[in-house]
Amino acid sequence: MTAALHVEGLNRSFGALHVTRDVDLTLERGARRALIGPNGAGKTTLVNLITGVLRPSSGSVRLNGDDITATSQAERARRGLARTFQINQLFRGLTVLENLCMTIGERDGECNNLWRAAGAKRSVIDEALDHLDSLRLVDDALKLVRELPYGRQRLVEIAIALAQRPRVLLLDEPAAGVPSSESHLILDVVAGLDPDIAVLIIEHDMDVVFRFAREITVLVQGAVFTHGTPDEIMRNEQVKAVYLGQDGHHGGGRHG
Amino acid sequence: MAVSEPENATAQAVRDRAAGFLVNRHRYRWAEALPWLAAIAIFFVFPERLTFGSQVLVMVLFALSLDLILGYAGIVTLGHAAFFGIGAYTVGLGAARYGWTEPISGLFAAAIMSALIGLISGWFLLRYRGLTLLMLTLATAILLQETGNLRSDISGGYDGLPGLTFQPLFGRFDYDLYGHTAYLYVLAVLAVVFYFVRRIVYSPFGQALTGIRENVRRMHAIGSPVHRRLVTVYTIAAGIAGVAGALFTQTNAYVTLTVFDFDNSAKVMVMLILGGTGRLYGAFLGAAVYMVMEDYFSKLSPTFWQFGIGLLLVLAVLFARRGVLGLFESAGQYLAKRKKP
Repeated sequence: MTAALHVEGLNRSFGALHVTRDVDLTLERGARRALIGPNGAGKTTLVNLITGVLRPSSGSVRLNGDDITATSQAERARRGLARTFQINQLFRGLTVLENLCMTIGERDGECNNLWRAAGAKRSVIDEALDHLDSLRLVDDALKLVRELPYGRQRLVEIAIALAQRPRVLLLDEPAAGVPSSESHLILDVVAGLDPDIAVLIIEHDMDVVFRFAREITVLVQGAVFTHGTPDEIMRNEQVKAVYLGQDGHHGGGRHG
Repeated sequence: MAVSEPENATAQAVRDRAAGFLVNRHRYRWAEALPWLAAIAIFFVFPERLTFGSQVLVMVLFALSLDLILGYAGIVTLGHAAFFGIGAYTVGLGAARYGWTEPISGLFAAAIMSALIGLISGWFLLRYRGLTLLMLTLATAILLQETGNLRSDISGGYDGLPGLTFQPLFGRFDYDLYGHTAYLYVLAVLAVVFYFVRRIVYSPFGQALTGIRENVRRMHAIGSPVHRRLVTVYTIAAGIAGVAGALFTQTNAYVTLTVFDFDNSAKVMVMLILGGTGRLYGAFLGAAVYMVMEDYFSKLSPTFWQFGIGLLLVLAVLFARRGVLGLFESAGQYLAKRKKP
C-alpha cells in the first residue's frame, strides 16, 4: 500500500544552522502519529517543509505516492495535505462562516468565479455549516473570528483544515494557548477525527500524546531520535533523559 | 457582527439565519441609490459646474479601480497612475496620430491596453508585498512617464497633446461648452463599470481577495493560487483605471505626461482612504470630498490652498481612521445602540 505521506532524507539549513537532519517519516493511511521533542527540536520546521512553506535543502516529500517536493504550498493543499498552525492563522476580520466558505470555495475552485454572488450557492454554505455543526460552532457562525475566545478560534483553525477534506492532516500543537478547562473540547475533536485521515500531531502534553497516538516519533536537534509505539517510547530511558526529563542539555544518547 | 440567540431557537433556525447572512449580503440596499441620485441631482442643480463634475466622476472611477486592489485585495501601490496614464494616452495618441476619434471604442482600446500593461507588470511585481511592492509600482509609473518623455516627438512630452477632438457620442450627441453631454457620458460609464466591480466584489473570487488581504498565509494553506488571483484583480483594476484615464482625455480634450505623476497616484490613494477603503462607495465620497475641498480652498487662497487639504487629512487620520464612510458607520452603530435600551 502506498503511504499517505512519505518523507525521505529531508535536510534544511538556515545558514550554518542545520535545523532538519536526514529526517525519514512515513504515515500510512489512517495513521495516528505524534511528533514530540524538546523546544527547538525543529518540529514546526519539519511541518513547514512537509507543507511547502519552506523548501528542503535536500530530500523528498511524497503524498499518496506522488513526489510533491517541488510543488507549491497551495498545490499540496489542493492534493489533500492540510495543516493547522501553532499560532492561529485565520481571517480575523471575517465571520466564522466566511472562514469556512472561503476554504470550501478554494477547495472546489468556486473562487475562480468572478460573476456569481458568493452567497448564491447554498451547497457551499450548507457544507460550511455542517463542518461548524460537527465542532459545535454553529452558534458562533456569524461572529467575527477576532471576537471569539482563543479556544474557540483554535476550533475554527481545525474546522478549516477539515473543510479541506484532507488525506493527511498535520496538527501543530492544536491545544496550545488554550486554558486547560477548554482544551478537552479540542482534544475530543482530535480523538474523533475520520479514521481514514492520516494524522500527525505535534503536542507537548504527554497525556494527550499517549491517549491519541498509536506511534510516536521523537525529534531531537532536527534528527529523528527514535520512533516507536507509546509503550516503547515510555520505557525508553534515553528518551526520558533527553525529553521526558526535560534535560536536553547533556544530549546523551544521540544515536538512540 | 454578533447575533444573540434566543434560548429556544432550534438548530435549523440558527443555521438558516447564519446562511441568510451570506445569501442576502450581495442584495442592493436602498442607501446605495444615494450617490447616484446625488449625481443626477447635481446635473440639474449645478448645470454650470458640470465640467468640474465630470472631473470628479472620473476620479471616482479611478479611485474605484484602486479600491478593488487596495481595499479588497490589500495590494498597496503608489503607481496606479501608470494605468490611468496608459488609458489617457491610448485615446490621446489614437486621436492625435491615427484619427481614432470614436469615443466608446476608444474606451475599450484604453481598457485593453492598460489591462495588458497591468497583466505584464503585475505578473512580475505581485510576488512582492509591502514596501518593496510600493517602490516597484512607483518605479513602473516613472518608467512609463520617462518613456513618454524620451519620445516626446510622439507623446508631445510635458506640453502634451492639446486640442484633441472626438466624435459625437453614438455619432449624435456632441460635446457642449458646459459639459452636459460629457457629464452624463462619464456618469453612464461609471455606472456600468460600477456594476461590474460590485459583482466581482461579491463573487467567490472577491471573497478570495478579501481572504488574501486578511491572511495570505492561510490562503496558501487552503490551496488558493494567490499569485494568480492577485494578477487577475490587478489586471482588471488596471483596465478600469485605463478607462478613467481615457475619459479624462476625452472630457478635457487634451492630455500631458503629468497624468503619470506620482502626485496622481498619491492623490487617488488619499481620496480612497479619505472616503473609506474596501467599501466601493468610499471612492465616491472620498473623490467628491477631496476635489470639492481642493476647489474651495484653491479659490479661497490660491497660494496656501494645500494647507487646507493637509489639515483635512490630519483630521481624517486622527478622527476617521476608516474614512468618512467608516465615520458614518460608527455613528449609525452608536445611534442603534442608544435606541435599543
